[in-house]
Amino acid sequence: MDNELIGRIHSTESFGTVDGPGIRFVVFMQGCPMRCAYCHNPDTWNVNGGTLKTADEILKEYDSYKEFLKGGGITVTGGEPLLQIDFVTELFQKAKNKGVHTCLDTSGITFSNEKAERYEKLMEVTDLIMLDIKEIDSEKHKGLTGHTNHAVLEFARFVSEHQKDLWVRYVAVPGITDDESDLRKLGEFLATLKSLKALDVLPYHTMGVEKYKQLNIKYRLEGIEPMEKEQALDVRTTILTAFKLALKEKN
Amino acid sequence: MTAIIHKEWEGFSEGKWCTTVNVRDFIQKNYTMYDGDGSFLAGPTEATSKLWAQVMELSKKEREAGGVLDMDTKVVSTIVSHGPGYLDKELEQIVGFQTDKPFKRSLHVNGGIRMAQNACHENGYEVDDEIVKIFTDYRKTHNQGVFDAYTDEMRLARKSAIITGLPDAYGRGRIIGDYRRVALYGIDELVKDKKEQLNTSLKRMTSKNIRLREELAEQIRALADLKKLGEIYGFDISKPAANAKEAIQWLYLGYLAAVKEQNGAAMSLGRTSTFLDIYIQRDLEKGLITEEQAQEYIDHFIMKLRLVKFARTPEYNALFSGDPTWVTESIGGIGTDGRHMVTKTSFRYLHTLENLGTAPEPNLTVLWSTRLPENFKKYCAMMSIKTSSIQYENDDLMRPTHGDDYAIACCVSSMRVGKEMQFFGARANLAKCLLYAINGGVDEVMKVQVGPKFRPVEGDYLDYDDVMAKYKDMMEWLAELYVNTLNIIHYMHDKYSYEKIQMALHDRDVKRYFATGIAGLSVVADSLSAIKYAKVKAIRDENGIVVDYEVEGDYPKYGNNDDRVDSIAVSLVHDFMNMIRKHHTYRDSFPTMSILTITSNVVYGKKTGNTPDGRKKGEPLAPGANPMHRRDTHGAVASLASVAKIPFKDAQDGISNTFSIIPGALGKDDQLFVGDLDLDRMSDD
Repeated sequence: MDNELIGRIHSTESFGTVDGPGIRFVVFMQGCPMRCAYCHNPDTWNVNGGTLKTADEILKEYDSYKEFLKGGGITVTGGEPLLQIDFVTELFQKAKNKGVHTCLDTSGITFSNEKAERYEKLMEVTDLIMLDIKEIDSEKHKGLTGHTNHAVLEFARFVSEHQKDLWVRYVAVPGITDDESDLRKLGEFLATLKSLKALDVLPYHTMGVEKYKQLNIKYRLEGIEPMEKEQALDVRTTILTAFKLALKEKN
Repeated sequence: MTAIIHKEWEGFSEGKWCTTVNVRDFIQKNYTMYDGDGSFLAGPTEATSKLWAQVMELSKKEREAGGVLDMDTKVVSTIVSHGPGYLDKELEQIVGFQTDKPFKRSLHVNGGIRMAQNACHENGYEVDDEIVKIFTDYRKTHNQGVFDAYTDEMRLARKSAIITGLPDAYGRGRIIGDYRRVALYGIDELVKDKKEQLNTSLKRMTSKNIRLREELAEQIRALADLKKLGEIYGFDISKPAANAKEAIQWLYLGYLAAVKEQNGAAMSLGRTSTFLDIYIQRDLEKGLITEEQAQEYIDHFIMKLRLVKFARTPEYNALFSGDPTWVTESIGGIGTDGRHMVTKTSFRYLHTLENLGTAPEPNLTVLWSTRLPENFKKYCAMMSIKTSSIQYENDDLMRPTHGDDYAIACCVSSMRVGKEMQFFGARANLAKCLLYAINGGVDEVMKVQVGPKFRPVEGDYLDYDDVMAKYKDMMEWLAELYVNTLNIIHYMHDKYSYEKIQMALHDRDVKRYFATGIAGLSVVADSLSAIKYAKVKAIRDENGIVVDYEVEGDYPKYGNNDDRVDSIAVSLVHDFMNMIRKHHTYRDSFPTMSILTITSNVVYGKKTGNTPDGRKKGEPLAPGANPMHRRDTHGAVASLASVAKIPFKDAQDGISNTFSIIPGALGKDDQLFVGDLDLDRMSDD
């Protein structure tokens, strides 16, 4: 095809078990506008890096693993995949034509209502959205990622309005994103979403630190310990309790 | 067999199994599928916990004693050689040990007296002089027979370890008696059946028929001994088992007779859980037993299987990285009629891993199919994560060849229970063979001519077409030598160490597989890939023997789902199997091949020089069909996809892939991940 789109791909993983339902083929897109303090893939930030690939090339690779991916599908993550929204839409369109389950893992940061038309096209070929909400407090969000969370929450509402299955992921960092009142606010916000299907609390870990050394980038969370599972369970419970309470009040 | 309907069969659906020995028919007509989950399972009884504590104490003592607690040095093990042995007679529901007490290793000499002497000596014991004299001067052993017939070339190939792990001094194992027959029919019916087989065999006394007649007579004698073994423990097993407890006990006595008679490299159990479930289900329905009792029987049975022990030498244990017995039990699978074969007792077997704690033996093997019931799959996954003690094999792949009543011997060898057996054949080292091709048959470690004196590779750089042509010639030589060596071994094993009781629990006309095996697949595939896609420089010693290689540039490596190299691995397997097929095999056996060096790859690596893929002398070969360590860089599925290309029809005796993964990489923590949020329900909470 002459006008086939080209994507900037960081890498692919043939055995993704934590990025959506089932065993999934995971495509890591290159480039991200966010600079999250705990990002464990800083090597995906640079928008000029990566390898150039077409959607067909990626799906060919997917096909060579399809026997292992029954019950799973394809997940596009990054970096921020929606920097290359047209490419992702084309990839998902072609995946859907083959009957492959599609999942998008995004921060939602590139969204704005002016661009809604392109996002609607994407929604048509996406089965599941995994949205990372980094912090419900917008100012804290800015400190953590370099951006306010305005676009993120707008995108969550957009997904909700389109009744698209949504999983929310939340990274719990000790002393940074585990403030109780923020967690309750997050729960209350989640209660306003109509198509929320799962909440995934990810305890902060330090496995990405080595990459920062290799890339010669300063790691901003130096000295912060990984979150214990028990603490993460508390975070989860706080969010869910507020979530249930808000739902009850609504009814 | 006569058409008696035994009173012990009351409540079972009748069928062909009532008039002929046909355990499969009995199972198919009577088993109860179970689609539920594991919530019905019962924990250990007080007796179970007490007995297991006793076992743990003895295990500790055994470890402290250097690995062996006690050995028999005077009594040669036979089916009836010892009086009864117990842990605690009052508490044990299922009884029987190989000798007169637990943890005492029995003396097996028919495989070879020297092996028996070494096994004792290395552990601080000495075999009784009189026994040594008998089996040296008066009674020949398997080992002596084999070495009488070996050619010089075979001895040399054995010494250089291009053919290795051969069962020429120890029991070959890998035969599964249909121990279920003891429970279903009782000994008297089985003897009657065997006598009929003897009386209806060919009259013309060819050596083949004489051998058959002698073997059938031995089998009948072994069955009579098995009956006596029952009496030793106070059971009359001449009649069929009347209830669940008896069925388990009868079956176990059949297996016990086998491990008393043979110290085989793998003494597998078969496929017993769904069979036994029929008895358990009958007793439960009649209200005769409770779930706690059913589980207790199974726990005590499995406990006995965990305590099967053999006297072995340190070298033997080094080869197998431990002290394995390969008591493999095959669980689950799908019937040829489409019904799954999972029963509650499939769960009960796996549940022993919780009641008794985890253990490598018995080797609980789930015959996996995509069509197994969802609850059972989930239970298996849960137990795997919890215990790392379950083996999985592809039922969908094996069922077309073996039907739905096959079992696994050792780790991957599939055979129909009681209808097929195999001659275990260890393996040929294909990596070493490649080095022979390069050096014109000179062994790179021993520096002597072992293979045929073909022209070695010339020049500084290896040329793919040149090496490949030479390699194929050398593989042809190896295949012929290997098959002939095995022919001698199995001839002598049948002659001097015949598996009487195990074969008594087979049909008369069994299909025999002639199992061969290869080691070093991924080393060879990567070496040839390096020669083809990178530049490989040969480094020679002062005698012109290539002893090392320099790889310039990168090359595709097996284990990354890259067809350029995976296709090399595929054709290696295909070509070598075809070379094996060209040769005469003992007793019209059907040649097969395995790629399954699960532990011995370490020892083989020690005996193999530097290889053109950059692997250094002494470094382990990869186990089985595994990619070489750390060379599979494209993730787990890419690695699996490469292995999955190996054609089963050319490696019908099994392809193994040792695969380690941290549980966290298999999915979400179910406590932190809240899936399936039901918004309506949650607001009602």
